[in-house]
Amino acid sequence: MLLSVVTLRTALEMGAIYSLVALALFISFSILNIADLSTDGCYTLGFAVGATVTLAGHPFLALPAAMLAGVLSGFVTAFLQTKLGVESILAGIIVNTGLYTVNLAVMGWSSNLSIFGTDTLLSLTKGLSGNEFWTGWSTLIVLSAILAVVAVLTALFFRTRLGLSIRATGDNADMVRASSINPAFTITVGLCVANSLTGLAGCLTGLVNKSCDINLGTGMVTVALASLIIGETMFGRFSIGLRIVGVIAGSCIYRIIIAVALAANVPTECFKLVSALIVAVAIAMPQGRKLIAIQRQKLARRKEGAKC
Amino acid sequence: MLKLNGITKTFNPGTVNEKKALDGVSLHLAPGDFVTVVGSNGAGKSTLFHAIAGVFFPDRGSIVLDGEDITFKPEYRRSRELGRLFQDPMKGTAPHMTIEENLALAYLRTAKHQHAYFSRTGKSDRTFFRDQLARLDMGLEDRMGQPVGLLSGGQRQALTLLMSTMVPPKILLLDEHTAALDPGTAEKVLKITREVVAEHKITTMMVTHNMHQALELGSRTLMMDSGRIVLDVQGEERKNMTVNDLLERFKARVGEDLDNDRILLS
Repeated sequence: MLLSVVTLRTALEMGAIYSLVALALFISFSILNIADLSTDGCYTLGFAVGATVTLAGHPFLALPAAMLAGVLSGFVTAFLQTKLGVESILAGIIVNTGLYTVNLAVMGWSSNLSIFGTDTLLSLTKGLSGNEFWTGWSTLIVLSAILAVVAVLTALFFRTRLGLSIRATGDNADMVRASSINPAFTITVGLCVANSLTGLAGCLTGLVNKSCDINLGTGMVTVALASLIIGETMFGRFSIGLRIVGVIAGSCIYRIIIAVALAANVPTECFKLVSALIVAVAIAMPQGRKLIAIQRQKLARRKEGAKC
Repeated sequence: MLKLNGITKTFNPGTVNEKKALDGVSLHLAPGDFVTVVGSNGAGKSTLFHAIAGVFFPDRGSIVLDGEDITFKPEYRRSRELGRLFQDPMKGTAPHMTIEENLALAYLRTAKHQHAYFSRTGKSDRTFFRDQLARLDMGLEDRMGQPVGLLSGGQRQALTLLMSTMVPPKILLLDEHTAALDPGTAEKVLKITREVVAEHKITTMMVTHNMHQALELGSRTLMMDSGRIVLDVQGEERKNMTVNDLLERFKARVGEDLDNDRILLS
């Protein structure tokens, strides 16, 4: 067997966490049509805040605190582009750069932080029962539960008045201006929600890994984008609910591909290249399908021509 | 209902591209007025609409809507009381959202829902949408779950019209909203426009290039040239007017022929 149960479980755990980041990009990139490049920094911020609060002895408070930090980061990005007229990509890059220092500060001016031996949300739930099954699977169960709640709330949110307004903002800017929606407001809310999910993901990664460094988030935006695109390619762009399921499935598939690559003894040094390849292939997939369809048509016509 | 007092707007002031788009436009619309606006290329018809809608703020002058001075009210806040349709049917609806979601968006902007950010459409709302769609007679009531991007231009324009009048606005601005449609669809959208406006007695302004339509529709006709209103006819005078009379009057006033390459005289 290519994958052991443990590898698969770890892959799914990471998949659940990455789903949150992919969902964040789903909101900013797919729905609002804004390339928010502050994801990397915001992810690390979530970890830094979550870990610091956990170390301070508040394992449960860590999650909302990390989300709040994400909201703040999203607010700054949104403020730069809606009020100060900074180009959206540039706004993300600026915030991302600034966050590096902020993250260092939150981590007590050290580039590493370990929460080994501290009570965390995950260690506490794991300790609820000595059952072998529970100690093995509790992390995945907790992460899945959090993801499920977030996914359902997101799906519900995008059917409310505010959610519809946010979707319209990314879909047709002309219409939005003519229909009493303030795009500055909807963009701000959208980016705050998106980045709160990124922050939550960073926090959860920290809890699973128990130690992290300042460069934790580097390349996160590529990975999340890959998951998002895998999901959207496979599940299409129909209803919001289905799209969210697609994003989650995409993240898990991405992690499983990575796990397979690991199991196939691809050296860790080649990892970024593997990620980049997956992204490229995922993005090229719809175009590839079109090409195949055209070739088939040509082939069919040639056969017909041969008959005549 | 709507009062414009000496609206002036100059674009790119102080540069070689300086253009006085509106030059002291004053206008008073009574409630229920249906005004058609015609004019030469670049006369300022769309610019006038943009000024009323708040796309930009005027350099001078004031705009009063139903007793409220809205001169410096931001565009999105005016939109609650102001319906707008553009020439491009793609501009008024969100293509990746379903018909129902688009309607919900338009419906939920009402005062009742203004601050209810988390309100959702219920079953009664859905029935209401269905009835409204049925009135368009385009079969859209059975396609409420489909994305708007699948509809034709005419259907999208009819839907936009429905969205901007479902909650009757104080003023409706139609900027050549049938010009990009094929003649049959244009006729249909125009018919719906007439019905909706008449039913709610909405104060309406409509830009058109069809001179015949300009005289036939509504209760008053404005002609614009170089950022000014040069002709304003209504009542008996308008009733007996032909397209030729209108063009003659324009020439007498401005000193040259109406220069519009899209004009339709029949």
